Amino acid sequence: MAILELKNVSKSYGSGSSKIVVLENINLSVEDGEFVAIVGFSGSGKTTLINMINGLEFPDQGEVLLHGKPITGPGPDRGVIFQNYSLLPWLSVYKNIKLSVDQVFPKLKRKEKDEHIKSYIDMVNLTPAIDKMPSELSGGMRQRVSVARALAMNPDVLLMDEPLSALDALTRGSLQEEIVKIWSQDKKTAIMITNDVDEGILMADRIIPLNPGPKATLGPEFNITFERPRNVTALNKDADYKKLRNEILEYLIEVGATRKQVSNKKYTLPDLKPVMPGRIIFRKKKKKEKVKYF
Amino acid sequence: MKKKSIKTLKFIGLGFLEPLINLISGEEPKKNLSLLAKNILFPILSVFLFLFLWYCGATALYNKEANIRIEKARSEQGKAEAQKMRECIASGDVSCQPNTLPSPAQVYKAYLVLWKDHLAISDKKIAFKEKTAETNTLRAEQGLSPIKYTGRPSFLDQIGTSLKTVAAGFLLALFIAVPLGIIIGLSDVLRKSFNWLIQILKPVSPVVWLLLVFMIVKTVITDPDLDKSFIISFISVGLCSMWATLINTSMGVATVDKDFINVSKVLKLSVGQNIFKIILPASFPLIFTGLRITTSVAWMVLIAIELLAQSPGLGSFVWEEFQNGANDSNAKIIVAMFVIGIIGFMLDRIMFAVQNLMTFNKA
Repeated sequence: MAILELKNVSKSYGSGSSKIVVLENINLSVEDGEFVAIVGFSGSGKTTLINMINGLEFPDQGEVLLHGKPITGPGPDRGVIFQNYSLLPWLSVYKNIKLSVDQVFPKLKRKEKDEHIKSYIDMVNLTPAIDKMPSELSGGMRQRVSVARALAMNPDVLLMDEPLSALDALTRGSLQEEIVKIWSQDKKTAIMITNDVDEGILMADRIIPLNPGPKATLGPEFNITFERPRNVTALNKDADYKKLRNEILEYLIEVGATRKQVSNKKYTLPDLKPVMPGRIIFRKKKKKEKVKYF
Repeated sequence: MKKKSIKTLKFIGLGFLEPLINLISGEEPKKNLSLLAKNILFPILSVFLFLFLWYCGATALYNKEANIRIEKARSEQGKAEAQKMRECIASGDVSCQPNTLPSPAQVYKAYLVLWKDHLAISDKKIAFKEKTAETNTLRAEQGLSPIKYTGRPSFLDQIGTSLKTVAAGFLLALFIAVPLGIIIGLSDVLRKSFNWLIQILKPVSPVVWLLLVFMIVKTVITDPDLDKSFIISFISVGLCSMWATLINTSMGVATVDKDFINVSKVLKLSVGQNIFKIILPASFPLIFTGLRITTSVAWMVLIAIELLAQSPGLGSFVWEEFQNGANDSNAKIIVAMFVIGIIGFMLDRIMFAVQNLMTFNKA
């Protein structure tokens, strides 16, 4: 049964002549326990799409259904991992996570809460940094806190908005593995937005390209059937992997190329001749000449 | 130990003493010595330069004033009187001293006089307390208010009064400006509709605020036992200085990072939790900058306000000395000037330390 469904969703910003349709006719259905990656160019409306699922924005047309009911706003049943971590810089790692746990499990006893928080911090290997402030952590550690915070709310759906794009390649690799490991433990439904095809193939069950905006639509889906746990080095040698990767990349490059050819209008430039500084002569003008600009 | 003391020094804004501590612990003597010279020696030299320039200026003014007096005596009363005046000035007699900018030595002397005066007055106060102790216990039994010392306040008492006034004014500003700033900052409509009022009231002079407060307090408070001059001055100080905090708070609240707001939305925090757990801590840096400006403005306008409100603080000390016209009055005014400056500096450092304590490091 589909846990999350998007039906004919359209979204636009602005009004009148400045109206820009960002997303048009988006149809998506995500099964329970599935890991879906949405790949697309930057500026194609990926963040708008995920914001409509987490309830920070609403579609103009169509509907977003969670468990068959339309989404009316943000809620702790959807854990969000933001692109720029969004940790509260005045709270320690422990307290950042405690804020969300307090909110989602208000009736839990103090000791149980403490154990709950500590278990998630342990899950992302941050126990030594439990009392540190976000400013004392590296980018990768901050994103891990963000992951722990989202998971500690025990959400039905985990939403990730380019979770690793701000990290360096090495940290990225290790966090990819960690996120997949955590996901496979809990078997949560996960939707990840990314601009990296390799990342999508490594982590997801299904990759759906988002055609570039304006009026972005979802492209054909690619199923990824490699066995888990997946190993980067092994995958890199796999012929099927190469084929799939090339297929997705070709598709993306093709749709990207059509975007560039949107405008065929030619602009004619005015025929101007520059006045060189050395040519200005201070003398009485004999005749008044009309200066032709065009 | 060493690291800790450096951290403490930096925290209270005395980070320039760091090389001294490094030097004491014998670390990189050459580098730290040159750092020490740069950080401490040259500033001290600049103090001496300042004193020297002051001394030269004061001497020049003194000579000019003396010449004017002698010249005046000559033109009005004749040569003999002029000679007498010259001798009188040279002898250092109090009756004919030129009244002008005092030299550093005179100011130091005036400082000693003020200190002695303080000791004498505090002795008097103790004596008075002993004398009235019996009567006061009797009066307390009868339900009467005790007899209080009503003599002249010493210079230190006046500093105390001033600090009390500033503290009360600051608290008033804090309790008005911060909540108001939060409310205005949260609502775009309110901010736009009250902006004109804030912009108009912000540049109003402390004197006008004092008169306004005086008009109101005079009618509202009729109890003769209350210290009206204190009430008037602290309310005026608060009203003058609160604008920086008000504007900064509303700015801070209005410009909270959108990411933090998104976190609050995703967690579905209630309005109260949203304000106290997200918006307030996020805008603390700006609020505290505002409070720092408020303290310095409060201390600055205090002198003018006390002067007019007849509150027995530093402001009225300066004014009374000016009216007094004794031969060391000018020197006492300069002492007060330095005291005001140093206390203002210390207040700013305290606020700086509190700001560091309360705000987060930007990630």
